Amino acid sequence: MSKLTLRINEADYEVDAATTATLAEVLREELGLTGTKMMCNEGECGACTVLIDGRPMLSCMTLAIDAQNKHILTIEGLADTGTGRLHPIQNAFVEKSGMQCGVCTPGMILTAKALLDENPAPTEEDVRHALSGNLCRCGNYRRITECVLDAADKMRREEKDDK
Amino acid sequence: MTSPKCLTARSVEEALSLHSQYGGKAHFVSGGTDIIMQLKRGEVLPECLIRLGEIRELDFIEKDETGGLKIGALTPLIKIANSSLIQSKFSVLAQAAGMLGTPAIRNQATLGGNLCNAAPSADMAPSLLVLGAKAKVVGREGAKIVPLEDFFVGPGQTILGQDHLLAEVQIPNVSAHSGGAYLKEKRRQGADLAVVGVAVWIVLEGEVLKEVRIALGAVAPTPLRAKKAEEILRGKRMDQRLFEKSGQGASAEASPIDDIRGSADYRRELVAVLTKRAVTQAIQQAEGR
Repeated sequence: MSKLTLRINEADYEVDAATTATLAEVLREELGLTGTKMMCNEGECGACTVLIDGRPMLSCMTLAIDAQNKHILTIEGLADTGTGRLHPIQNAFVEKSGMQCGVCTPGMILTAKALLDENPAPTEEDVRHALSGNLCRCGNYRRITECVLDAADKMRREEKDDK
Repeated sequence: MTSPKCLTARSVEEALSLHSQYGGKAHFVSGGTDIIMQLKRGEVLPECLIRLGEIRELDFIEKDETGGLKIGALTPLIKIANSSLIQSKFSVLAQAAGMLGTPAIRNQATLGGNLCNAAPSADMAPSLLVLGAKAKVVGREGAKIVPLEDFFVGPGQTILGQDHLLAEVQIPNVSAHSGGAYLKEKRRQGADLAVVGVAVWIVLEGEVLKEVRIALGAVAPTPLRAKKAEEILRGKRMDQRLFEKSGQGASAEASPIDDIRGSADYRRELVAVLTKRAVTQAIQQAEGR
């Protein structure tokens, strides 16, 4: 066992974990942050994606110990904590039925967030490429892609209005 | 997952010294995308994991004094795929890095990890082989430079002995009028291991193929150079029939197996087709610069 300090959604968590525990295991089992989903648990499906220093990474293939001293963003930290207002990508998934069973959704949304942070005006092809490591067993890809494009659109308009 | 000890190395020296304390029972871990799976499946049972992620000095891409390139073993693949220096001069390498795994895996996985895991299908290997890359291997007795061709021994096996670490990959400067291509056949458009990977590097002198290098992945126990196929083209004028013949030659040099991703016969066919196609693409790139 080792004592780890993890910075998750801008809060510090201290946790005792097996030295080889993955970040996914620690998030879900030690910290109860079950928004992060574990589906294949072998790096194939992308459901467990979290953002580490802003980049999508697979929490089932990341040692928790390797995630120390970094900023971890899970789906629980995406909405505005003060107002409870959902992130535009989350809103788009709600409004345009971006989810069916919901298991791939947190990974899809976080991967999409990293894309839009880097590229606020992606093409459909850009979105498909960015999400190519996230599998949806319900086969909802077309609507997921539309949701991300829709959110990007809204975010660009909001940005414009702010200026 | 079994629970080996997990130690953190903060320098190359510390990594080597920790490794020697555990004899053959320690495993280095960098990005972790291969070894964490192997641990979960019980395929490796180390007494100790030695984390290399804190050794910042091995995460770099830099030009050397001759215009060649040095890439630290702990450089994540995303940096190689996105590097403007690599994209402009050594594009075949950026191409391969951009095709490995998924976007999330490219954020985590490192160049050294991909090479040391030594999968026959390792995407970074064919491109590095055609670029004439060398591996800088560091041991407690010092560093040695080894041609990457000699680095792979078999599936999952490299020349790295106990207490040795791959520190960097060195790539010589490229000639004028040179170009390359890496083609990877997968079962689907999204992320997948290569059924076959083919890299080609060509140096042109007018209409003549002054230098030709061809390397294959996923069709032998290790990634390999198809030297007979190269010989068919080297020093010859561009000629579609020779490209075809070279593809056949490369196919004869492959010794693929049947597995879940494809049959040996299909792989041999693919080698012929992809080699010809990659030669054509490499020439196009070489003509443009």
